[in-house]
Amino acid sequence: MAFLELNGVVKRFGRNAVVDGFSLAVREGEFVSFLGGSGCGKTTTLRMIAGFETPTEGTIHISGTDVSGLAPNKRGVGMVFQNYALFPNMTVRRNIAFGLKVAKWRPAEIKARIEEMLALIHMEELGDRYPHQMSGGQQQRASLARALAVKPKVLLLDEPLSALDAKIRAMLRTEIRAIQQKTGITTIYVTHDQEEALSLSDRIVVMQSGRIEQVGTPFEIYNHPATPFVASFIGNLNILEAAVVDPALGLLSVEGQEVRAAGPIGGSGRIKLSLRPEMLSLNDGVPGANSLNGTLSTIVFLGSIVRLGIRIGSRELSLDRFNAPHLALPDVGSSVTISFPREACLVSELDSSAETRDSAIGKAV
Amino acid sequence: MSARRGWAWLWLFLGFLYFFIPLLGTFIFSLHGKRGVLSFAAYHRVFADPLFIETFTFSLQMAILTIIVGLCLIIPTVIWIHLRAPWAKPVVETFSLLPFVIPPIVLVFGLIRMYSAPPFQLVSSRLLLVAGYVVLSFPYIYRSVDAGLRAIDLRGLTEAAQSLGAGWGTIMFKVVLPNMRVSLLSAAFLTFSIVIGELTLAVMLAWPAFGPYMALVGRDLAYEPAALAILSFLLTWGLIGLIQFASRRLAGSALGGTH
Repeated sequence: MAFLELNGVVKRFGRNAVVDGFSLAVREGEFVSFLGGSGCGKTTTLRMIAGFETPTEGTIHISGTDVSGLAPNKRGVGMVFQNYALFPNMTVRRNIAFGLKVAKWRPAEIKARIEEMLALIHMEELGDRYPHQMSGGQQQRASLARALAVKPKVLLLDEPLSALDAKIRAMLRTEIRAIQQKTGITTIYVTHDQEEALSLSDRIVVMQSGRIEQVGTPFEIYNHPATPFVASFIGNLNILEAAVVDPALGLLSVEGQEVRAAGPIGGSGRIKLSLRPEMLSLNDGVPGANSLNGTLSTIVFLGSIVRLGIRIGSRELSLDRFNAPHLALPDVGSSVTISFPREACLVSELDSSAETRDSAIGKAV
Repeated sequence: MSARRGWAWLWLFLGFLYFFIPLLGTFIFSLHGKRGVLSFAAYHRVFADPLFIETFTFSLQMAILTIIVGLCLIIPTVIWIHLRAPWAKPVVETFSLLPFVIPPIVLVFGLIRMYSAPPFQLVSSRLLLVAGYVVLSFPYIYRSVDAGLRAIDLRGLTEAAQSLGAGWGTIMFKVVLPNMRVSLLSAAFLTFSIVIGELTLAVMLAWPAFGPYMALVGRDLAYEPAALAILSFLLTWGLIGLIQFASRRLAGSALGGTH
């Protein structure tokens, strides 16, 4: 049996199933992220593991024990909240000591553990500060130390970085991963930020409407999305409508230009062709690769990358390339040729629900 | 700009006079306890009256009991509403306004009718008086506790404490109540000032309380009521000052970080 196991977990509020048939096995020491948009059920699932919500159906086991009906304070689960939830009337030291006192540790042990935790989060100097005397990043680190101090079996983090600014977020992300690897604690991390999930996790659970869309390593999720939703949710995606010319050869027609996929295509008629912006390159007439002709319409500077907007017929594609000091780009309005390998073609069926999602994704891109 | 500021000061000054002149008048009058000279004779006589000490002590005891019973009753209720039954908030808020709408005289007649015959013969018990005071102070306690709970992230804090293994006792006494000290203090002081001056319930239930004593003195004597008025005024101001002092000190150490 896995260390943390959820079996057919369902949560209904009234008639509405917020989490529907959620099953997952997490190995000891694994870092798993729940990723999805708001209302996908990721936080509710986390709260069921913590014990703040009771599953309508299904069971939750932690290290072999069924905890489904157990009170939150009996589960041995540490939790870090989005808004830190540090006790405002206590200093960092006393916040960390709280759980240890509840667990009736000896005073000398508590003292040693507090210092150990402060060292772990690099806040030895700030132990006597009250929460309101610290920055958001420091408060969240203190909250992490407080949760880890009692040596919980599972650490749960509920969007812990979303209230922080970008730079602190990136720094703390690295720190969380380092602390997790150092302590080897089984961790569930809820986030709506794909970059966070991709960079932190051993495995990612992509969720939508209370259901699991895909479970896999960041590499699998990004490069081999199992469903159109995962493909469109993770990373940026160019979505084109294409006509199937020859299913066996994988031959398609996009805006009157020929494109060839890596293998045979299941569907016929019109299908959806998805391309990641970083798979496209400019004016590279590589033999054996696909190429499309279009017009350069926008150049957006994003720091380390430059995103080019290229109009192909009625559609606009994004193309990412790395920034460089001597980067020479064509003028806006000039004709360009883009090329991409056959393997870059993600082909899926054109369905109505996918189209509505695509339009949302299109806006996000 | 300066003209506007001048007007503002003028209105402030007039407002100050409006409140201060009667107070000053009462104070000067209270100093005329001895013929021909200004003295604190009236105050001496007030303090020398055994009834003053007796009634004040009685009301003090009742006030403390009311504060304890009221807080014990209302704090868990409001916490429960905040965490589990937010839908009940408007209902309880409406209830909390009833003591303002129903005159105390109606309340006390209801209490007497209800509790003067078996199975509940409580008319001669102090319990009934305290129960009545709890009703009268309910709006103030409720509002203070509610405001205190709104100011903290109650759900987050209780969940954090639970996930650290704490039971409800620890959560209440180590986490929730310490973070509501200011609002609990203001609830306590407001209740205190209501009970100390309360007249109707004490008279109708025939208790030797401070309110009826003040009324009696006011009817029979001249300078002593003025002295009593000034004393109770100072007491109230002292309490308000204490609330202010406590909120500033506690806000510095504990309550500033609730965001």
